[in-house]
Amino acid sequence: MASGRVDRKALVAEFRAFLDADSVLHEAEDLAPFECDGLTAYRQTPLVAVLPETIDQVQQVLRVCSARKVPVVARGAGTGLSGGALPLADGVLLVLAKFNRILAIDTANRTARVQPGVRNLAISEAAAAYGLYYAPDPSSQIACSIGGNVAENAGGLHCLKYGLTVHNILELEVVMVDGERLTIGAQSLDAAGYDLLALLTGSEGLLAVIVEITVKLLPKPECARLLLAAFDDVALAGAAVGKIVSAGIIPGGLEMMDNAAIRITDDFVHAGYPTDAAAILLCELDGTEQEVDDQLALVSSLMSECGCTEVRVAADEAERQRFWAGRKNAFPAVGKISPDYYCMDGTIPRHQLPTVLTRTAELSQEYGLPVVNVFHAGDGNLHPLILYDASTEGEVERVEELGGKILELCVAVGGTITGEHGVGVEKIDQMCVQFAAAELQHFHAVKNAFDAGNLLNPGKAVPTLTRCAELGGMHVHGGELPFPDIERF
Amino acid sequence: MAADRDASTELGERVQRAAGQGTPLDIVAGGSKGFLGRITQSETLDVSAHRGILSYEPSELVLTARAGTPLAEIEDALAVSGQMLAFEPPHFGPSATLGGTVAGALSGPRRPYAGAARDFVLGVKILSGEGRPLSFGGQVMKNVAGYDVSRLMVGAMGTLGVLLEISLKVLPRPARDATVTFAMDAPAAIEAMNAWAGKPLPLSGAYHDEDRLHVRLSGTAGGVDRAIERLGGEAGDGSERWRALREHTLAFFDTELPLWRLSLPAATPPLALPGQTLIDWGGALRWLKSDADVSRIRPAVAEVGGHATLYRNGDRHGDVFHPLTSAMLALHRRLKASFDPKGVLNRGRMYPAL
Repeated sequence: MASGRVDRKALVAEFRAFLDADSVLHEAEDLAPFECDGLTAYRQTPLVAVLPETIDQVQQVLRVCSARKVPVVARGAGTGLSGGALPLADGVLLVLAKFNRILAIDTANRTARVQPGVRNLAISEAAAAYGLYYAPDPSSQIACSIGGNVAENAGGLHCLKYGLTVHNILELEVVMVDGERLTIGAQSLDAAGYDLLALLTGSEGLLAVIVEITVKLLPKPECARLLLAAFDDVALAGAAVGKIVSAGIIPGGLEMMDNAAIRITDDFVHAGYPTDAAAILLCELDGTEQEVDDQLALVSSLMSECGCTEVRVAADEAERQRFWAGRKNAFPAVGKISPDYYCMDGTIPRHQLPTVLTRTAELSQEYGLPVVNVFHAGDGNLHPLILYDASTEGEVERVEELGGKILELCVAVGGTITGEHGVGVEKIDQMCVQFAAAELQHFHAVKNAFDAGNLLNPGKAVPTLTRCAELGGMHVHGGELPFPDIERF
Repeated sequence: MAADRDASTELGERVQRAAGQGTPLDIVAGGSKGFLGRITQSETLDVSAHRGILSYEPSELVLTARAGTPLAEIEDALAVSGQMLAFEPPHFGPSATLGGTVAGALSGPRRPYAGAARDFVLGVKILSGEGRPLSFGGQVMKNVAGYDVSRLMVGAMGTLGVLLEISLKVLPRPARDATVTFAMDAPAAIEAMNAWAGKPLPLSGAYHDEDRLHVRLSGTAGGVDRAIERLGGEAGDGSERWRALREHTLAFFDTELPLWRLSLPAATPPLALPGQTLIDWGGALRWLKSDADVSRIRPAVAEVGGHATLYRNGDRHGDVFHPLTSAMLALHRRLKASFDPKGVLNRGRMYPAL
């Protein structure tokens, strides 16, 4: 671990030997923009921020930091929601924003080789001319960078059918903490040796710094149609999702919103949602015209069998976009009616949805904090949004406590504390709930195999055993689970 | 049929003993993958008694089974609900188990279009090299808590842990499969397979053998019919053909020659190597039967960004898997040591130094 006393001046001088003055930031006013990522509740100014633009410079930065035992936090676009790119007071922030070039699009092999600072959406835009696109589409895709997507294993609206980041990348160029450059994965569909590509994906910057990525590109579906089904009971909507999947259909997107989310987003974007519904499902079917026609007919009849109050198929592209606009603007819509909101990211086995929503509503009452639910229903990834006002004394602490309870609930029903946003600093304590000491120890051993000095993004993603021991009561032991009265599968 | 049983305690004790004595163990269940990897001569750790499907919820698309569960049993259970393992794993014999399939990262003809074994693994329970039971991942589709140790186990050939339980994402079987066949030489077939893969077509397989290109289409009835019209070619059922390709029972695979598995960027033109080639995975996988020297094969494959595995026959004591760079091997050794500090699990099965 780094000593708390790092000589900033000497460090800056060393960086200046290979980086120009504009690429080595150390004045408070220059560092301020980097004090947080998308999780704004946590803020910290780094000791120094560096903005290299070549792989060689990244290697040199890491060599300097290794030699001086200074911790390093890598940062892409800074849109992450778990504080994974939160700087360290005695650490260097390695900003990869200048790595913003698409290096090659290989249409024959359907891949793109890109630098980590390239925006997610920019890849699909560049590939569009060839009828191709990059599938994972996190809601921040207009701004988030692909390097961050890999570090967090980002998902999106279409991952039930098209997979997460880990399913859509082939090769990484990484720089290890000692400055050594390695190729992980391959241009082919698999690589020799261990599947380090999977291990690196979602490792939150703790194992290596990603400096180049080869992503897979998929052919754009010939057409996509969107169906909206309304329900007067959330449990029925949940069951309807199971029906669609059991009937052999994997929709391109399958989203659910509860009544609060429907009303708030409809006020915001006038999507035309049935605002009296307890829940709506948005089911997008994509493929060739014939496939979509076949599936649309089947899903429409299934929804009626499931007791929906209404089924609408978007008549044209404009209506399809309008239906999606509500879901895609759920976060900003909530931001408009509440001074602050806190987005959770648990994943649960889908059949547990009614239990989890009921418990969440009870907890919401108990804490006096409204909760709005949007849900990647196809893959069980729930995003409860807790509405609050940070300027109210003590409210932030209560929100964090409520959030923690919701995540523990997800674990208790057989799910996970994070489906796609990562652990970062935010959910580090809930890791003690999800994993026992033996597994956490192995995570540290994996970290040790890559970064024995614990210099890459230390303190994030995996809690120390001491930290978990201090939280004692949160450990999940045999018969002492939180929420002991609910069913478990 | 053997009864479902939890043998994890006795397996754990056995591994603990081996770790204590520093005696390496060869992990075996059905024994159908004995030909894969390097030859080792250690004591056997038989995990075949540890078997049984633990949970399967068709509407959740998730199945969890013990590692010693026969693959056929799993596929039969899935078929009842109209579902499948979308990575279409080869069995290579009736005794194939889930554990061996995952440890060997075995994926069949559907792989380029649906994903590989690793893409469908959601969680694992393993025994570490010290015999400690550990759980990683889970039974949900999206889970980014902690490092993805579950997928790291896929293809690790048992060198990082003894697989005990595996949770998999499963998928619905398509309503209809059809095969279209074209007379075509290898360069033209590679071009055609890749051109079609860039179009929104319901592809689920594409291989080339004996100047014939076979393309499988899977999806809704209407979608498959339309795709057959678009592609042309001679249409047929072909299901037996795809099974034979997957199981290596096509005539091509009947050989005493070294059989090389070349994993390449899909659009790579045919390599100028002596021997006969069958092209699968839309061009991304080339089976080469050849007695050409390894020193000729591996550089040619590495040159185009691929890697070469000596899959069957040949020298099973040498570098069966494509050698790693020294930095990469050092990292592998550190990872191996973190899971198996005494080096008892499948020592030398993958690389001599692991």
